[in-house]
Amino acid sequence: MEITSHWRIKKQRYSLVGEECPHCSAKIFPPRDICPECGDEAKDHYQFSGRGEVYSYTTLYNAPAGYEEQAPYTVAMVQLEEGPLVTAQLTDIDVKEPEVGMPVEMVTRKLGSEGDRGILIYGYKFRPVLETA
Amino acid sequence: MTEERDQKIMQPKNPVGFVGYGAYIPRYRLPATEVARIWKGGAAGTPIDEKAVAGLDEDVITMSIEAARNALARAQINPADIRAVWVGSESHPYSVKPTSTVVAEAIGDTPHTLAADWEFACKAGTEAIQAAIGFTGSGMARYALAIGMDTAQGRPGDPLEYTAGAGGAAYILGPADESLAVVEGSYSYTTDTPDFWRRADEKYPSHGERFTGEPAYFHHITSSAQELMEALGTKPVDYTFVVFHQPNTKFPQRVAKTLGFTHEQLEAGLLVPRIGNVYAGSALVGLTAVLDASKPGDRILLVSYGSGAGSDAMSLHVTERILESHELAPRTEDYINRRTEIDYATYARFRGKLSQ
Repeated sequence: MEITSHWRIKKQRYSLVGEECPHCSAKIFPPRDICPECGDEAKDHYQFSGRGEVYSYTTLYNAPAGYEEQAPYTVAMVQLEEGPLVTAQLTDIDVKEPEVGMPVEMVTRKLGSEGDRGILIYGYKFRPVLETA
Repeated sequence: MTEERDQKIMQPKNPVGFVGYGAYIPRYRLPATEVARIWKGGAAGTPIDEKAVAGLDEDVITMSIEAARNALARAQINPADIRAVWVGSESHPYSVKPTSTVVAEAIGDTPHTLAADWEFACKAGTEAIQAAIGFTGSGMARYALAIGMDTAQGRPGDPLEYTAGAGGAAYILGPADESLAVVEGSYSYTTDTPDFWRRADEKYPSHGERFTGEPAYFHHITSSAQELMEALGTKPVDYTFVVFHQPNTKFPQRVAKTLGFTHEQLEAGLLVPRIGNVYAGSALVGLTAVLDASKPGDRILLVSYGSGAGSDAMSLHVTERILESHELAPRTEDYINRRTEIDYATYARFRGKLSQ
């Protein structure tokens, strides 16, 4: 991806900002300006809570170019508590640990870099919910 | 107090304090015995038990974002009302391009804000707090965010490798009447003392070995703590807690004793045996553990140290707001308890010490 492409989507990537439909109240991620539920225009920003659960997952041992250093790692479909299903890497988790239905929360992590001299790419991943006393 | 002393210590015209605080410590732990196993055949004393290590997808930017989100959760303010995001570190991911702009964007503070990265070895974070006290205390800004965070560097086999850890904390400065801890006064003591440094483009720092002790750490910390207490008319017995920069377990213990503080006053904020020396985050993450344990009316003395060299001392008074703030974000102990032990090989991979 070009620098400009990363730059355009930084809000949604860094902090899981999507949209809310003013007509049917559906929460939309990724933002696309048209509500996938009712088809009307939807441009109001919506800050997702970042909480959800693992809907499905797979572990990659042979990673694509640019991600070799992080292998093995797990990619999951995460059902956000507001509804949308997003695909993201799981982090702070061992490869044997993920389970369908596992509660997770969004964190902003390094996704990769554009080579040794290029920009660093940051964005959302999900981790098991931090246990608090 | 003499007039000269009044000019040395710093107190803003408008009283300010910490309206929010948040810690971050990564999950991986490298036992110090692993470093001794690799480099000393296991036959060496260790300065700490274990240190926190950042994962492959973590750096000062990602760790600062999580600490800042925790501070915002406790402050209960709109992030867009913050007028400065200042990040102090020795491990900024870029040489040129601010850590702070990514943090400001991720927490929803852009575009109406200052943003800059600070550098003063291990006191870059408290330096940012000193500036934030002035920025909010002058009325130029209602809120300012100051962060001290590091993924500390230590050359393989160097004594620093036992302790150089990862973590830190974020603080939001704002009006005293919204604060969970009010700043009673602060002081900075600075000299040109070359005890520890890293030249441009070098990966690992160098240090003056025993020179890092007496003329560096101990002289600067005792000077700044004593000057501040003398100016404020306080004594060690007036403080519930004291937090020092903690490069190892012995240094803060010894300086506490020299200044007249007890083990009980030091213990709550002494995290170095369990997470290591997190450089610019060291004293600041210790303070988060102290705030987690604080009650209204407690008094805290924070004294940082940065090689090169300088020390910032701050006297804090805890308010009623501390009680409601405790549960609004994870406690520092929650992060310390989230512990996954790794061996030296995994550590070498995580920290980019393998070359191919």
